[in-house]
Amino acid sequence: MTRSDDAGGGAGWLALFLTLALVVLVFAVALATAIGDYRIGLGTVFLAVTNGLGLTGAEIPPIEESIVWDLRLSRALVAALAGAGLALCGAILQALLRNALAEPFVLGVSAGASTGAVCVIVLGIGAGGLSLSMGAFAGAFAAFALVALLSNGATSGPNHTILAGVAASQLFNALTSYIVTTSGNAQQARDVMFWLLGSFGGVRWPDVSLLVLVVALSLAICLWMARSLDAFTFGDEDAAALGVPVARIRLILFGVTALLTATIVSMVGAIGFVGLVVPHAARYVVGPMHMRLLPACAAVGAVFMVLADIVSRVIVAQQTVPIGVVTALVGVPFFAIILYRSRPKT
Amino acid sequence: MTVVASNLVWGVRRKTILSDVSLSVAPGETLGLIGPNGSGKSSLLRLLAGLKRPLSGRALIHGQDIATVPRRKLAQQVAFVQQNAATDTNVSVRDVVRLGRTPHRSALSGWSAADEAAVSGALASVGMAGHAAQAWQTLSGGERQRVHIARALAQAPRVMFLDEPTNHLDIQHQIEILRLVRDLDLTSIVALHDLNLAAMFCDRILVLQAGRVVACGNPSDVLTEDLLRRVFRVEAEVSLSADPARPHIRFRAG
Repeated sequence: MTRSDDAGGGAGWLALFLTLALVVLVFAVALATAIGDYRIGLGTVFLAVTNGLGLTGAEIPPIEESIVWDLRLSRALVAALAGAGLALCGAILQALLRNALAEPFVLGVSAGASTGAVCVIVLGIGAGGLSLSMGAFAGAFAAFALVALLSNGATSGPNHTILAGVAASQLFNALTSYIVTTSGNAQQARDVMFWLLGSFGGVRWPDVSLLVLVVALSLAICLWMARSLDAFTFGDEDAAALGVPVARIRLILFGVTALLTATIVSMVGAIGFVGLVVPHAARYVVGPMHMRLLPACAAVGAVFMVLADIVSRVIVAQQTVPIGVVTALVGVPFFAIILYRSRPKT
Repeated sequence: MTVVASNLVWGVRRKTILSDVSLSVAPGETLGLIGPNGSGKSSLLRLLAGLKRPLSGRALIHGQDIATVPRRKLAQQVAFVQQNAATDTNVSVRDVVRLGRTPHRSALSGWSAADEAAVSGALASVGMAGHAAQAWQTLSGGERQRVHIARALAQAPRVMFLDEPTNHLDIQHQIEILRLVRDLDLTSIVALHDLNLAAMFCDRILVLQAGRVVACGNPSDVLTEDLLRRVFRVEAEVSLSADPARPHIRFRAG
């Protein structure tokens, strides 16, 4: 296996891998669009998509066309983009904090975003369509600020930062529960709980456009800094000795991670474990160097989330299981394997 | 390139770690930095390499105050080998040495023939060429140390700072590494614990005690029985019979 090489044959392997992932992604999205309570043939899906893009004007039942174009395709694309974005966040945080367990969920950013969103849903702070996202944004950044404060700008060692993240998660989860139980009525509480576990229901095309923009921008910035991320392998000081402007890189990349997480959580809720699982799986295939790892993470994350969404819709008939439940059911065993394999060898 | 420090002061909170340290190292010279644990050797190296900012005083490399040199520019000329570098990432030896090229590459530039030559050359000079594909995690402590020195060499520096580079090495590799550092056509400052090795390989030796320079000069002038007693609190016999420029220290069991 060629790995750990961003020159020569290594690049060919990465290109092959990414092409393969893209083909699987297209197939998964098509599948996600066809499968559901109302089954639609793949041929109809294809025509509905080309109709939607204005390439064809085929005669297909309007109801099917609408389900494919207005509901399922946008949903599948949001799932793919959210998966790519969360996996990217995980890879960045794991590199910057040099901790195999780092991801937005563990660091409390998702919890903060949830608290912010719940403030909007339940307490009605601010009104209007944008305010839920703004609430999640504010919450995500508040959590980030808290973690940064507790861990001295995330410079006081990998374990310390993770501990600060755990504290932030607990605090914001407690706040969320407090708000929901004291202020919400039963129906509201149910809505919130469902949202907290993540749901792609209700996403539409404007969400797709926003996510494409944010994910593409984040990926571009991260790739631009991929070499610098590699230099963090032996710690901050070592990165500085290699000429990396450590403080600036940290600030920018933590900012990108917060923005990406906040955007995703405000749209589809707090989906855990994708940011943890995917980078480890991708590292196993393309190696730890970030110029290769980051695109691989985005591709694998996208495929994983679309497949998880399909599973969440078909595992129980007539019902959608929250996506966070599915990702956690896959993520927790993986988490256990990482813990097991990284145990001190005696 | 010359390395000059003038009146460096550094500390954390109210604890002063270095007070008023000045030194001057000529191009191509190897300066040994010795002193008891906690005397400030590592801190001094970090100030000189620009990894920490002094509270007062200046560090100059090639006549330029390093506080005014951009990080990446500095890393193209100065390499730093930390002691006990560690990572949980599953990187290969080649990956690690390639990191040394970081300051010479722009964000998206490809891997050039010059980069490849620097990496293979560096691996060969520490005798690790045969281990290029091996996983870092499977290396012994001494091999890791050699790979880190290879990484510093791949950086193609003009000045190299090494923080106890012979830690974990067996005697053969201790001598090989120090011979390599001495023979390199660059200015180097090496923190060392082994006083005999310092005497064997350094052009000059600087002695730190509680953050102050207590002696600096040729090995034979610095490593005296009196200094060893005062600074290191050991009784020793210093012999100049084998080589008058390179004293040999025999410690007494007491």
